[in-house]
Amino acid sequence: MRILTTAGMMIGIAFSSAFADTPPLHPQRQSELIHLVRQDCGSCHGMELRGGLGPALTPQTLKDKPASSLVSTILHGRPGTPMPPWKNFLSESEADWIVDNLQKGFPDAR
Amino acid sequence: MRARIPLLLVLALGVLSGCANSNLRGTGDLGVVIERATGSVQVLDTTHRTSLARVDGLGDLSHASISYSRDARYAYVFGRDGGLTKVDLLTQRIDRRIIQGGNSIGGAISADGKLVAVANYEPGGVKVFDADTLALVADIPAIGSDGTRSKVVGLVDAPGQRFVFSLFEAGEIWVADMRDPKRPALRKFTGVGREPYDGMITSDGRHYAAGLFGEDGVALLDLWNLDAGVRRALVEFGRHGEKLPVYKMPHLEGWAATGSQIVLPAVGKHEVIIADQNSWKEVARIPVAGQVVFAVARPGGREVWLNFAFPNNDTVQVVDLPSRRIVQTLTPGKGVLHLEFSPRGEQVWLSLRDENRVEIYDPDSFARIGTLPVESPSGIFFTVRAHRTGL
Repeated sequence: MRILTTAGMMIGIAFSSAFADTPPLHPQRQSELIHLVRQDCGSCHGMELRGGLGPALTPQTLKDKPASSLVSTILHGRPGTPMPPWKNFLSESEADWIVDNLQKGFPDAR
Repeated sequence: MRARIPLLLVLALGVLSGCANSNLRGTGDLGVVIERATGSVQVLDTTHRTSLARVDGLGDLSHASISYSRDARYAYVFGRDGGLTKVDLLTQRIDRRIIQGGNSIGGAISADGKLVAVANYEPGGVKVFDADTLALVADIPAIGSDGTRSKVVGLVDAPGQRFVFSLFEAGEIWVADMRDPKRPALRKFTGVGREPYDGMITSDGRHYAAGLFGEDGVALLDLWNLDAGVRRALVEFGRHGEKLPVYKMPHLEGWAATGSQIVLPAVGKHEVIIADQNSWKEVARIPVAGQVVFAVARPGGREVWLNFAFPNNDTVQVVDLPSRRIVQTLTPGKGVLHLEFSPRGEQVWLSLRDENRVEIYDPDSFARIGTLPVESPSGIFFTVRAHRTGL
């Protein structure tokens, strides 16, 4: 039964990533990105992402913002503000994954 | 009468031995490390290089800091979620706890130890509490000359029962005289520069400096002569070539004041700046491994230890000030968030966030002399801070 459930979940994950326009991220990389967002983005945006020196990154604050501009902010930073570019550390599909999850409600590290 | 004296003696001896049995001890060799992900702290002992206890239930402690009561018994823990928790280092329990704001960044304790002030991002301002009871004494909304509320950064105590802090959006420095605690007398300095992101006070309590993110240099206020106003210093710091991205803002509390010299992390440069503390002029700059977050002077002031922002946050470097050279580069582990010296500098404690441990080094031999399991450690604060202005 457990095997069947897991298989079902895996098919679900496979389908959802098949519909997305980017290849799925390896679970190991996903957990690295969760750590990066919570810890390193968290140094300005708060570990709970409710804001600090930088703005809050909660689903409410991001819901009206186009994903493409958020991805661009992550990759290229926002000149004139303290937001730095992360393109040396993140691919575009990884930035997509982060924005998608921020807008849904970002997963916890544990 | 003759019978009462021995009886009193017996009673007195009983009380004394009772005290001895209850582990009477001082707090001068104690400290606290923040466990940022679990809302807990551990009480540390630098004599035995050990942890005495864990205290839970302090809320969101990402970016938490601590000030100590003047008897060095209580740690006031300023949490990110606006929590203010008073932890008793002797009983190792929470004495009092309040939620005083929505999003806060740090705090300070007054020179007389009676007032604890907290700097808030949301709602932007400073709240002042009775240090015993944590009852609200004064609320200072940070409404700048632009008419809007600013985030408050760089809150420190200053001699003369004052608090000094900076307004991030408005670009102002305010001095709050708390001699009449319910009616703070504010002196406001406007137009000090764009985006002050943190502030510090020199250990003599004379100069308050706010680092500016939005322009070059620091905004400098001489607290001995407020009428002279805020002036710009170290304007050359930050110029010279393109700025590099900053993945974590430097902390200025750690600006190492070493008597006649002050060591500052450059912003957007992989350098530290050495400045003369009297003239506030740059005397040297030293290339280092990354964007410096903390520059911490070893007591005595000969060496300054540095940690770095992502992606160089696995590295620690040691600057020897007389020769102005990097004399050691260590890679103790991933996520070196903070470092703190024991009061006389014979030990340095490092928090390794991603390794879930605190490591203790001998700063002379650079040998590791201890390691403690600590969950996602960040700030380490020893009680020696109780007796230092600005900490």
